[in-house]
Amino acid sequence: MTISPEAWQAIGLTLQLATATTIVLLLIATPLAWWLSQTDSSLRAPIGALVTLPLVLPPTVLGFYILLLLGPEGLVGEITKALGLGLLSFSFSGLLIGSVIFSLPFAVQPIQYAFEAIGRRPMEVAATLRARPIDAFFSVALPLARPGLLTATVLTFAHTVGEFGVVLMIGGNIPGETRVVSTQIYGHVEAMEYRQAHGLAAGMVLFSFVVLITLARLKKRTDRILP
Amino acid sequence: MSDTLALKLKFSLQRPNFTLDVDLSLPAAGITVIFGPSGCGKTTLLRCVAGLERPRGILRISDRLWQDSAAGVFIPTWQRAVGYVFQEASLFEHLSVNQNLEFGLSRVKSAAGRGALNTAIELLGIEHLLARSTQGLSGGERQRVAIARALATGPELLLLDEPLASLDIAKKKDIIPWLERLHRELKIPALYVTHSLDELARLADHVVILEQGRMKASGGIAQTLSDARIAQMIGDDAGIMTEGMIVDRSSTDHLARIRFDRGELWVRDDGKPLGQRVRIRILARDVSLSISDNDQSTIQNRIQGVIQSINEDRHAGQCLVSVRCGQTVLLARVTRRALSALGLVVNQSIWCQIKSVALLE
Repeated sequence: MTISPEAWQAIGLTLQLATATTIVLLLIATPLAWWLSQTDSSLRAPIGALVTLPLVLPPTVLGFYILLLLGPEGLVGEITKALGLGLLSFSFSGLLIGSVIFSLPFAVQPIQYAFEAIGRRPMEVAATLRARPIDAFFSVALPLARPGLLTATVLTFAHTVGEFGVVLMIGGNIPGETRVVSTQIYGHVEAMEYRQAHGLAAGMVLFSFVVLITLARLKKRTDRILP
Repeated sequence: MSDTLALKLKFSLQRPNFTLDVDLSLPAAGITVIFGPSGCGKTTLLRCVAGLERPRGILRISDRLWQDSAAGVFIPTWQRAVGYVFQEASLFEHLSVNQNLEFGLSRVKSAAGRGALNTAIELLGIEHLLARSTQGLSGGERQRVAIARALATGPELLLLDEPLASLDIAKKKDIIPWLERLHRELKIPALYVTHSLDELARLADHVVILEQGRMKASGGIAQTLSDARIAQMIGDDAGIMTEGMIVDRSSTDHLARIRFDRGELWVRDDGKPLGQRVRIRILARDVSLSISDNDQSTIQNRIQGVIQSINEDRHAGQCLVSVRCGQTVLLARVTRRALSALGLVVNQSIWCQIKSVALLE
């Protein structure tokens, strides 16, 4: 079974997208999860629901609205045009924005749970040991939440690799630009190229299996660290 | 001990089913025990001092103002020179014992520097634990590390929130000597929260009794424990605490002789050296009264005194009799019936028969 250059291209693009999404999401999700885990604000419930929304919405719905937003008539589209960036729909950047929104709950929730499991005590201890809040966050909260951060990383990466609906809606299926493994498989099946579809599909099954084993390992460690 | 009032606090804090409302002046040295039943606001008071809660009020330690709500002053916890020991040791699980100890040290610019840490390590006897991870430590060891960690920052005030509450009896026994040592050698004032009378009698120089968020009494430990009003509140285990010195021992009887200001007591000898100052505790229920010196009795510890007052007790059938023996006031819990049968009155000379004495330190 040989892997075609188009397939390699799709795999490369998928990994690129998943890596970029994971990095961007960890930077966004960590402070967001911290705020959700600490606040008594009345905004907590609505913001928490918004973060979770991508989990229950059909990817096509999400993709549709993101497409409108990024498109020539959309708010983001107007801004990117005014900035001379052109339109982000049907581009890698657009795909990245869609993926970040789509995977948001997969990053926020494990980190939020980890912060909640730590409780307030370690931060109070850090404060009595003269650590200012930002110092305590980096030297105490983040290291203690490491299992949650690792879980978020693995889940986000895997979820991005596996997404289809949002990618198809926002990215189209442009080879080398927005065609990822899942849409490539779809293309193969459409064209009745079952053999090529098989190669990629089997790869995805294997990948998902490894991800689940990794998560199980992480969970075991989390249990040990956080009673 | 200096009587300078170093710590001045006035807090009021409203919680859904609890109100804290205290106004205290506390000494500049020694251990002040905040004592009271569960839910009386002891821990909340300590958290207010550390800045972990934000009550309305004033907090001043020596010449430093940590809080003054009226003037909008509130120094955050991390800028207050306090050491805080929580009920559970709360060591950082992701750090080794040594890293835990250095966590605070590396964040203060103290003149004492490493000296404070080394002193703390020596004081708590944890040298052999430094390289260990926090996971393998016993409950008592964890608390000793936590106390050393708090001391390593060179605080001006040490706050301890029921440090023994999460330990079983055996582990409590392990750590009590270290706390007694801390008590003897600590150079900064400490606030120690507990609901244990034993810890109170062992460790306190000064005591603040809280009841439902309000101060019920505040004073020197010996004077407070011999206050009949407090004894009535404490109930069954009420009794006085006084200091004495081991002056003699009888190896044949396995007893040690302790001298305090007005008398001598023979107590079980547990090997403390002659000349050591000790705290002794005598429960009111272990003291009976006799008009004459009765040597036809198994109770050999007998001290003469004068009845100072006769006070109400919890049960109408009993009363608490304060007997002055020199500087020391003993409390005797006797029945009203016996009192009238013997015709005991204030200012009468009397013999106290002491059935049992606890040697604390």
